[in-house]
Amino acid sequence: MTEITRQATAQQLFRKTTAGEPLHDGDAAHEHTHVITVVVENSLGAFNRVSNLFSARGFNLHSVAVGVTEDPALSRMTIVTSGNDRIIGQVVNQLKKLIDTRDVVDLTDLPYVERELCLVNVRYSKETRAELMDVIEIFRGKVVNITPDSMTVELTGPTKKVNAFVALMAPMGIVDIARSGCIAMHRELVYE
Amino acid sequence: MSTPTDAQPVSAAAVAQISVEREREQDRQRASTNGTSGKSGDIEATHNGTGSTLMTGAEILVRALDAEGVEFVFGHPGGAVINIYDEMARVKPRFEHVLVRHEQGGTHAAEGYAKATGKVGTVLVTSGPGATNCVTGIADAFMDSVPIVVFTGQVPTPLIGNDAFQECDTIGVTRSITKHSFLVMDVADLAKTVRKAYHIARTGRPGPVVVDLPKDVLQARAEFEYPSTVGLPGYVVPTKAKSDAIGTAVAMINDASRPLLYVGGGAINGNASAKVTELARTARIPVTTTLHGLGAFPETDPLSLGMLGMHGTWYANQAVQNADLIVALGARFDDRVTGKLDAWAPHARIIHVDIDPSCISKNVPADLGIVGDVGQVLDQLLPHITPLDTAEWLESIESWKEECPLSFDRDGALRPQHVLQRLREKTAGDAVVVTDVGQNQMWAAQYFQYAHPRSHITSGGLGTMGFSLPAAVGAGFGMRETGRPVISINGDGGFLMNAQELGVAAAHGLPLKVVIMNNSYLGMVRQWQELLHDNRYSHTDLTATNPDFVKLAEAFNCVGLRATSPDEVDDVIEAAWRVTDRPVVMEFRVITEEMVFPMVPAGAATDDMITQRFSNPGDV
Ligand SMILES: Cc1ncc(C[n+]2csc(CCOP(=O)(O)OP(=O)(O)O)c2C)c(N)n1
Ligand SMILES: [Mg+2]
Repeated sequence: MTEITRQATAQQLFRKTTAGEPLHDGDAAHEHTHVITVVVENSLGAFNRVSNLFSARGFNLHSVAVGVTEDPALSRMTIVTSGNDRIIGQVVNQLKKLIDTRDVVDLTDLPYVERELCLVNVRYSKETRAELMDVIEIFRGKVVNITPDSMTVELTGPTKKVNAFVALMAPMGIVDIARSGCIAMHRELVYE
Repeated sequence: MSTPTDAQPVSAAAVAQISVEREREQDRQRASTNGTSGKSGDIEATHNGTGSTLMTGAEILVRALDAEGVEFVFGHPGGAVINIYDEMARVKPRFEHVLVRHEQGGTHAAEGYAKATGKVGTVLVTSGPGATNCVTGIADAFMDSVPIVVFTGQVPTPLIGNDAFQECDTIGVTRSITKHSFLVMDVADLAKTVRKAYHIARTGRPGPVVVDLPKDVLQARAEFEYPSTVGLPGYVVPTKAKSDAIGTAVAMINDASRPLLYVGGGAINGNASAKVTELARTARIPVTTTLHGLGAFPETDPLSLGMLGMHGTWYANQAVQNADLIVALGARFDDRVTGKLDAWAPHARIIHVDIDPSCISKNVPADLGIVGDVGQVLDQLLPHITPLDTAEWLESIESWKEECPLSFDRDGALRPQHVLQRLREKTAGDAVVVTDVGQNQMWAAQYFQYAHPRSHITSGGLGTMGFSLPAAVGAGFGMRETGRPVISINGDGGFLMNAQELGVAAAHGLPLKVVIMNNSYLGMVRQWQELLHDNRYSHTDLTATNPDFVKLAEAFNCVGLRATSPDEVDDVIEAAWRVTDRPVVMEFRVITEEMVFPMVPAGAATDDMITQRFSNPGDV
């Protein structure tokens, strides 16, 4: 490995760079998180084929969210995955290759809106309640259920915001958590 | 079945006598006497009173296969598909059903037929074990891009998921080894689905398609109409390249001083052999092929370097390591070709033409990727190709060829390479050679000197022992009208994995020439054990479990012959070629110790070839 990279030819360097692979020992690989939307035939078989692809080919799958589109025959899946450029290229090409997929778009380098819905059931006491309500207020969350010692909060936002909220809730004691996974859509910018 | 008040059900024996037309006529009469009451729906195909005829799913399938132009169905019956077999007896379709003796054999036969003819192979099996027995063949077809359609029986839809007798989630089991699959839940979708299945299997990068058929769907009725259009909005088949890509490719080719064509199975699938040959000869570019590319360029041509990769020629691999441009045509940079990726072709820019976009830059990033059918892309490219000045490059290649040619000892011991050379001599290369997996496969790749496309068939991607004989049976059916000999090359290990199909070849009088290179070992594993595991021959000796292959052949109504020394080889071959009405099994008792060289050990760099016994990696 070291031997090759030390005396690497221009071609070898080019190939590694395009693939996003480390050039030298100890270099980190160029891994990115990508948000990919897939319009797919609205059937269990089609969803299975998409998710199966990730396990069969060893791709990362951070989240997947599915829902029907304006055409009841089609669903939109939002997939969050990660990898170097070569792997992401593979993910996109393999998804396109599936017979049931109509449209595959990697949103990562495009303007896009992303949202995730999260329900957190968190503990509270007299002492923590005020602070908790503050945080919920700041995040524009909504309390949707309450018992004498816990409350369920609904929150929407980009995945990063949801992550931050969940992290702030953790010290209070999270009883339960349910997240929808990210959904995303290309943002049309008309008045740039 | 029918109720007593319905018209008399016709006995199976009687049905067999009646032509399709008479059946239809009877149906019409029956319908008119019964009126259009719902009751008559249970007897044979029935007039529905509107001028069209309802058929059972089973009959629709049989007629759809005829409409699709299927020539052979390799199948094995069982409960879930008994209605289809019944319809075949009744309807008398144009296609010929070949009863194989194991469903795996059926899938390989379909592959062999497909690869020899370029048409889609067809398999029909029952649910559960019938379907699972096909898994190896489906996976094999997936890895090697072979177009086959596999119809599997399934338990009736209300029982799916209930652990019913002979139930298996066939779609689930085969999901990652099919190009696509269908579970037909409504008989009205059946004909459309058959049309789609063949279209998907045949077009683009070919591959296996599974169609799962629940028994109640086969019994339900619908109108039959074979659609003329396919209707697959999500399916795009690449054809031509974008014209700017052609311009770039021409510039890169003209710029190269040490160019090399690296040709794979996509060139054969795209029927592009003549165009590859024209490109090489016009531009004076040397050619190396993959295992599946063998035959895409005549190996007798001075520009041919034979096969590259793990057991490719030393000079082909030298050319790869020194080339400044590699034009990959329908090849996928498999690890058996590249060895250690980092070290492969370190000086070469790469143009990669492939019909499957996911193949491009998958293993080795391409400087120029062209998505398209190899044949069509070459059509676009060829008008711009002019002779290159490659004289110096071709000279280096000539010297590498002289430095380290393919060779073997001729010391009086019987060696497989000699047998292969004699077979080549006998056929002048005009044969379909179907090989198994292991040493025999590699020698067959190295020594037969393929001159025509579709003259070499093997299990490359999956490396399935037991492939050769059943695939040769399929190729034998495909070649029956042409008279082209079909030669099946086997090891003693792999042969026994599907030997039962000898009976099928014999029953149909296929004059297969079946070669067994009997080295009494799982030879390729033994070779690794000798070279990489200190001669510990753990469980690779087959002496105790090998049968008497000549007797085995005779037991299946085939001719059995045996050679134990080099001077018996020609006599055995001559005797075999005199037999024209049945298969001949030729057992060659070859020496155990022979190894396949040269060799790049798995994961090593392509420069590190072992060229002969006892030399160390690197000291070439
Ligand atoms: C179904 C299957 N099992 C195991 C292997 C691993 N394998 C590859 S080559 C080989 C030895 C084959 O022996 P034989 O058929 O006698 O051929 P030879 O190498 O001796 O020519 C084995 C076991 C395989 N490729 N396929
Ligand atoms: Mg052997």
